[in-house]
Amino acid sequence: MTDADGPVLVAEPPASEVIPGPPGSSGVSGEGPGPPAAPGGSGPGGGPPAPPPGSAWWRAERLMPKALGTVACLPLVALVLILVALVWKAMPAIRYNGFGFFTRSTWDLGNLYDPIVTTGGIRHPPGATYGAWPLIVGTLQSSFIAVLLAVPIGVGTALVVVEKLPARLSSAAGFCLEVLAGIPSVVYGLWAALTFGPFLAHDIAQHVANVMPNVPVLDFFRGEGPHNTAGNGDGLLTSGVVLAIMILPIIAATTRDLLRQVPRATVEGAVALGMTDTEAARAVTIPWVRAGVIGASVLGLGRALGETIAVAMVSGVILGATTTSLYGAMTTIAATIVTQLDSAFNDVSGLAVSTMAELGLVLLVITLLANVGARFLVRRVSTTALPVGRGV
Amino acid sequence: MTVPVFDTASGDRRPADRLAAAGAAGASLRRRRLTDRMTWAAGAVCLALVVVPVVSILVGVVGRAASGWHWNVLTTDTVGNGGGLLNAIEGTLVIMVGVALVAGAVGVAGGIYLAEYLPADRGQIVRGASEVLAGVPSIVLGYVGYVILVVQLHWGESLAAGLIVLSILVVPYVTKSTEVAIRGVPTAYREGAEALGMRSGYALRKLVMKPALPGIATGLIVALAIAVGETAPLLFTVLFSNKAPTGQLTHSPIGYLTYLVYAFFNLPESSGRALAADAAVVLLVLVLLLIVIARVLVSVTQRYSPDRRQRMGRAPT
Repeated sequence: MTDADGPVLVAEPPASEVIPGPPGSSGVSGEGPGPPAAPGGSGPGGGPPAPPPGSAWWRAERLMPKALGTVACLPLVALVLILVALVWKAMPAIRYNGFGFFTRSTWDLGNLYDPIVTTGGIRHPPGATYGAWPLIVGTLQSSFIAVLLAVPIGVGTALVVVEKLPARLSSAAGFCLEVLAGIPSVVYGLWAALTFGPFLAHDIAQHVANVMPNVPVLDFFRGEGPHNTAGNGDGLLTSGVVLAIMILPIIAATTRDLLRQVPRATVEGAVALGMTDTEAARAVTIPWVRAGVIGASVLGLGRALGETIAVAMVSGVILGATTTSLYGAMTTIAATIVTQLDSAFNDVSGLAVSTMAELGLVLLVITLLANVGARFLVRRVSTTALPVGRGV
Repeated sequence: MTVPVFDTASGDRRPADRLAAAGAAGASLRRRRLTDRMTWAAGAVCLALVVVPVVSILVGVVGRAASGWHWNVLTTDTVGNGGGLLNAIEGTLVIMVGVALVAGAVGVAGGIYLAEYLPADRGQIVRGASEVLAGVPSIVLGYVGYVILVVQLHWGESLAAGLIVLSILVVPYVTKSTEVAIRGVPTAYREGAEALGMRSGYALRKLVMKPALPGIATGLIVALAIAVGETAPLLFTVLFSNKAPTGQLTHSPIGYLTYLVYAFFNLPESSGRALAADAAVVLLVLVLLLIVIARVLVSVTQRYSPDRRQRMGRAPT
């Protein structure tokens, strides 16, 4: 079972003759060599004899590390620019909204037809009040539901795929995960809004809503209003479930790859001691991958927090109040930015647009906290060749 | 003397008496076996919960479009709340090509630098920035792109603004996969090249890059899949246009498929809703194509990896 690490094959043929491979891939891999060959441009095709010192090709080859290094710094530059731009745009809103931004529930652009007034040096329409409390709560609620559903399902799937499924079927399951990761979030939104949401609301949630007693905690699962309705499909539960499906591939694929790295001999040792497969998984496999699974889960949480379009399509976008039931309309920070930016332009003082930047900043901080935590946990683990998509 | 081999892949088939002899009581063994079965049954349910949504989405979306499908949606432009998808398909392809060029150049160059010129324990800030950038929500990027590129630089809603925002979004993925692919090339290749007196740049181009190409291409395809499926960063930077792309980089919005799904899916007019469903199907087809290409590439990589060839006991071909 365990592959004995024999001597590495020394007589490797030059890989250049092997790799071009099937005709199907040539069109795609053709994109690869572009950039690295670029420094030479009109070069004579290289060749073992060194180009004469001072020639363009010679200079290009000497400059290449520096040029590549400069390009490698571009993400850092972009990140700094994004942060600066966001803070710069958010500054008026931060000063106007104050700390109450995080505790208020009102969302009021103010009277846009009255003359602009100035308070504390900030121009704003009279009566403008912004509170992000419902948005922050909505973001955390929907992401919490998503992680709560996706982690056990993802880990269970990975365990079955690695431990029980034959190679062919596990490859098929891998394909399913890739498709889930690749489906655009608008398509998730379309499916959730038109197919899944109504099904969930009418055929499942309504029955749950009807039987739940009216006591604290459990009344969150009751329907809304006198008729105990579970909504029309737009709302917190649908958003959470869709987010769960969107982050499932991240968690399942990462866990699967981690499980494959668990040394076979250790698991077999556990089984040889008389453990059932479940006990072996509990005692050996899962502790082995725990840190990575936690990391993947937090990474998934980061995705769920930042997901925009699918939530905007199914959350029922309601500003100014938190939902009191699992099926109620809500919204998240990201969905608010995408749905409200248009109307924010109507505020000629610019405060509404600035508040969007403040929202973006809050979202960024929440997401980065999750992501940095996750990367910290999975730093040792490198992902497979096919990283699952961001699903954002 | 034979050593019992336990086939962990096919369940617990050990004779009960052996376990009993090992100290487990019969009743407790039954209970443990029941727990084992139930655990794996739960795992199977989890697997079903992954497969069912995939099938449901494919069937649901395709079924919604199939009832009113006309092939001419692929050949006509969007008109008002109806018409066809030609402008959006062209725009999406233009965006794909642009992202492949911009993000491909930047990401591959950055990945080469990180893998070849920067030791793994250095450059933590650059690496960290790339990782952080991968976690920035796309709507935040879209907002910043709008504020800076569209308004501040007076580019207007334009292809250039959208391309830059999308490229920022996907560059971390291209960089990462390039770095991983190049690091995966055996050090012996580089040492051999150096021993033969090759210049490092030449060895990089001719020896190191080629085995890494499938991995790099896979990263690019993931980037393309993300670019095809994004909506939030494009809504405010590219807007939308009913006409075919003009080729202008600035001051010229172009169409793309995800917009049609997002903006038309709950219109009162049935023509708009049908168009949204059609656009979703075209998106799914594009993404599935990319996934299949990526799978082929990965299988090529694995087929030619020295590791696998050795494991299979096959002579190098």
